[in-house]
Order: sequence, then C-alpha cells, then structure tokens
Amino acid sequence: MIKRISTFLYLRPKLVLLLLLGLPMLWMLVLYLSPLGTLLINSLYHLDGFTGKIVRQVSLETYAQLLEPANREILMRTVSMAIVVTLADAMLAFPLGFYMARFATTRMKTFLYLAITLPLWSSYLVRVYSWKLILAREGILTWFVTLMHLNPVLDWVLKQPTIGGPSLSLSQIGIGIVFTYVWLPYMILPIQTALERVPKSLLEASGDLGARPGKTFWKIILPLSFPGVIAGSIFTFSLTMGDFIVPLSLGNSSYYIGQAVLAHQGTSGNIPLAAAFTMGPIVIMIIYLFMAKRLGAFDAL
Amino acid sequence: MSEKDAIIFKDVCRFFGDVKAVDKVSMEVKDGEFFSMLGPSGSGKTTCLRLIAGFDRPTSGQIQLYGQDVSNLPPYERDVNTVFQDYALFPHMTVGENIGYGPMVRKVPKAEWKKKAEEMLELVRLPGLADRKPSQLSGGQRQRVALARALINQPRVLLLDEPLGALDLKLRQQMQIELKALQKRVGITFIYVTHDQEEALTMSDRLAVFNQGKIEQLGSPAEIYEHSATPFVAGFVGISNLVKGEVAERITGLHRMFSIRPEKITLAKANQQVSGDQFSVDGTVRDVIYLGLYTRYLVELDDGGDLVVVAQNLQTTSMDVFSRRDQKVRLVWMRGSISYLEE
Repeated sequence: MIKRISTFLYLRPKLVLLLLLGLPMLWMLVLYLSPLGTLLINSLYHLDGFTGKIVRQVSLETYAQLLEPANREILMRTVSMAIVVTLADAMLAFPLGFYMARFATTRMKTFLYLAITLPLWSSYLVRVYSWKLILAREGILTWFVTLMHLNPVLDWVLKQPTIGGPSLSLSQIGIGIVFTYVWLPYMILPIQTALERVPKSLLEASGDLGARPGKTFWKIILPLSFPGVIAGSIFTFSLTMGDFIVPLSLGNSSYYIGQAVLAHQGTSGNIPLAAAFTMGPIVIMIIYLFMAKRLGAFDAL
Repeated sequence: MSEKDAIIFKDVCRFFGDVKAVDKVSMEVKDGEFFSMLGPSGSGKTTCLRLIAGFDRPTSGQIQLYGQDVSNLPPYERDVNTVFQDYALFPHMTVGENIGYGPMVRKVPKAEWKKKAEEMLELVRLPGLADRKPSQLSGGQRQRVALARALINQPRVLLLDEPLGALDLKLRQQMQIELKALQKRVGITFIYVTHDQEEALTMSDRLAVFNQGKIEQLGSPAEIYEHSATPFVAGFVGISNLVKGEVAERITGLHRMFSIRPEKITLAKANQQVSGDQFSVDGTVRDVIYLGLYTRYLVELDDGGDLVVVAQNLQTTSMDVFSRRDQKVRLVWMRGSISYLEE
C-alpha cells in the first residue's frame, strides 16, 4: 500500500510540491498578505475631522497628514534611531563575530553561541524592564558612574538637547542603549556566518602581497563580509522601526512610529493614519531591501 | 661558498601540541634554483613553506632569507610571495585588481599598477582578461592569474604550494613545462611543494624528500632517484624493489638492504650467462601487466620474496609478453644500479 502511494507520488512531482507548499501558501495568503493589502487600502481612506467617521474614498489625504510637522518628526526620529542602533550593533558585532569565526576554539564558540542566544529565551518585556532599572537614576549604572567619579560626564551627556533627559532611562540615549542590546544577537549571527565563509588563505594572500592587517581588513575582510552586515542590519533596522515597547517603557513623551500606530488605531480611532504610519517602515524597508539585494546581501543568508 | 644562499633553515622546529610537524630541519636553498619539497601529506613540507612565507612561526630554530633572520617577521615584511594551493584569488576583485593588489597596497599610483598588471597578464599569456572576475576563469587561467599576482612584486623567492594539484593531467604537464620556463626567464628562486614525485623530478634543480617532519634526503633528481638513501625515499620516489636479509645476502654477498629500480632489471632466459659486473637471481613470472608502452612483470624468487620488473615493449607484442607467464626466468642487472640503504 505504502509502496503504491510512494510510486504514485514519485510519478507526480507537481502534486508533491502542491502538498508540501499548499498549507504554508494558504497561510501566507490569508493571514499575511491579505492584512497587508487591507492595511494599504485603509491608509488610502481618511478620517472626517468633524464627524470622526472614516470616509471610505480613495485619496492621499491621510498621507498628506503624515507629512505634517508633528508626524514627520515621529518618522524622522524613528528612522534616525534605527540607523544609529544598526550602526552601533554592527560595530559591536563585528569584533565578536570576527573572534568567533577566526580564533575561538570549538568549545569557546559553543559557549559564545549560547551566550548570544540565551537572552532570546527569556521574555523580551522582562529584559526591557530590567534595563529600565539598570538605567534608572537610582540604578546600578548610575551607582557605577558615581563609583568611578564620572558623574560630571553623565550629567553633561544628559543635558544635551534631543538625546538627553532627566536620567538615562528617561532619555533617547537610554532607548538607543536598550535597542542596541535587544537586537544585537540578530547582528552577530549573520556577521559571524559571513566572516566564517571568508577563506583564511585570502587573508594570508593579502598579507603575503604586502598588506598590513589594517589594509587587509578594509580591502578583503570588510568587503567580503559586508553581505552579512547588510543581512544583520535588515533585522536591527526593521525591528527598531516597528517596536513600540522600548520607547513606551523608557524615554520621554516623544513618540516613535510604533507608539503613534498604537495611539491612532486605539484611543483616537484614526485607523487610516495608523495604517499610513505603518506603511512608512514598510516602504523604507522595501527600498532598503532593494538596495541590499544589489549589494549582494542575500548571497550570505 | 661561491653561490649565495636564498634560504637557510637552522634546526627549525614547528610543533603543534604533541605533533612534530617540522622536526629539526636544516637545509640551504641556493639563489636562483628551482627547489622542491616532496613528501606525503602531513610530512611537514607545507609547514616549512608557511614558515618561509611567515604565515607561521617556528617553535625553535632560525630561518634566514638572504642572510637576514626572518623567523619572527610578519608576511608583509618578507620579500617572498606565494602561489596558494586554492589560488586564493580575491573573488570581489577583477583579475587586474587581483594582480595589481601587491603594488596597490604599497601605494603605487593606480595607472602604474594597472599597466604593470597588464604586463604580468602578458607574461603568463592571458592578455586582455584584466576586467574579468576570477569566477569567470577556468582552473588553468586562475592558476596563471595567481602566478602573475605573486610575481608582480618581483619577490626574491617565489613559494608555490602544490599549485598544479587541482588541474587535470594534460594541463598539469603543460604547466610544469611553462613554470620551469618561466622560472628560467624571471631568474628568481622557486620553492615548490608537491606530493607528486614525478612533478618534483621533472622540474627541480634539487629537491628535499620529507617524511614525518624530517628531511630524508636532499639532492638532485638523479641522485635521489638513482641513489636513494633510505627505504622511504626508494619507495616514495618512483617504484622500487627493496631486498633485504638472506635474499639480499645471497645476491650481493653482503648482509645489507638494497633497492633496485624495476626498469634496471633485465628479464633473461633461465640459463643466461652472467658477467662479473652483474648481479642475478632466478625466479618464476607470476603476473604480467601489459601497459602498452611497457609491461610490468611480477617475478617470484626461488629464494622467497618477489621483484617487480618493467620492460619496454620495443620488439615484443602483447602475445609475447603474456606467453611469459609461469616461465622460469633469470633476472640480471648491473652491479652499479643498486642503492644500499640505511636501515
């Protein structure tokens, strides 16, 4: 019986493909792509200012609202934060990834893999709240700064406009630190994979031809592992843009896209504006992915 | 010392934990010679090459390059260049950029190194390929690009790590001749690592046979082939018959192990007269392998043991050679063609 079924399927490869992909395709279509479509349509409706009702007519009115100074500021803030977090993560991840790919023993590598992924096992919310405590004025970080007699430095940093605030946990710097921390594993792993794929002989060849280690890094290591950096940055960039928990828990009252979406679709009932806000990161990500593809980022995935 | 030494190894050791990859190796490579390091994998030949290039440092001992102690110099401060086994071409650069990499990192102006790279491409007979990517080249072409890249800095010594290993037989034989010709033309010292004894014999001025981290024998190809010093060399370089113990004593009158090359032995009739400058031994042909150009016979000796004999098929046909199976024969060879071995 089983033999007959397998022969039947062996002769019909297209049927096998359909059986394998049917369910996931259905899932993608119904639960993934159709809400995205609905989102796009909703962003083209707009809210009537007097009645508070949604006008179901296609127009670009909501997108015009998106470009009002207050909303534009939210978009700019979020995108800038995403860029800063991505750069910080890349700079932190590269040395560690390089160490793991080139020098670490198998045991050390296993340990580091575990250490990097272990935080992902615990709740993201718990980790964000822990950071709130770490960064608070009475928290361990301030205590440490006092111990090192570096309070003037911390105070000076917190006095800066835009990025500063009453304490680290209530400032944009704090948000940046926590974002950088929570997305770091997503940057380390692709970079490490990309570095591991660079044959050792290429680095030796570079040195052999007269390049000092710094030159070898800029000319060989970085270009060849850059796809990994791009792949990691796709994670850090998009995750930062979509997040609302970190700026909600830390920081001051300056909104991020995620918070704006939450507020508009909830309390104010402005579903079209919430949808338009959501389209922002999607469009930015599509442009970014397109650029990344041209740089060959997906060869390393 | 009339000739300058390009490289001197003084009691060089390289240990990896308990593994003695290179174990007290001392040797001199003369300026301008084609020097091969031959041995099976794990014999220490590649480690020696890496020590010269500077990718690795000796555990103890000293390496000199034209009189300068380079034991602890990084690769980028040594006047040697390497052709890697896997070519190690930079995949994100064009062929021209690959070849020009040496001058480029030494801050030579772009126009200048580009022109030089073109010249190098002509030297290795690949003109006009500067704008291709390495992935668009065939194995043989990549090989030449790797060679051009290593030669552009005009190093005093060129190191080649089994550079022909990945090529097919025809191309390999062609490249052997080309490499040798190139070496004569550029006149620099070549140090060539290979496990292919035929390649080493064909190309080298001198060669060192490595085994278990030590040099077994160092000399010209003819010396190594005709007067192998150890059983290992006799067995690794070409095919050899090793004869020892009582059988050896009955043939030569000496209780010493010796080796005899299969092609030096003549297959004669059982009652053949033997002159004073010859050795002989009697046996029976047990196996005949016809190989076109020559035939290989396995002869079982009456005193025990067996010898391989190779004879060219000059007048004989395949019918003749097969008719020799199970015949009684006398094996005869010149006394001078045996090598007594150190046991």
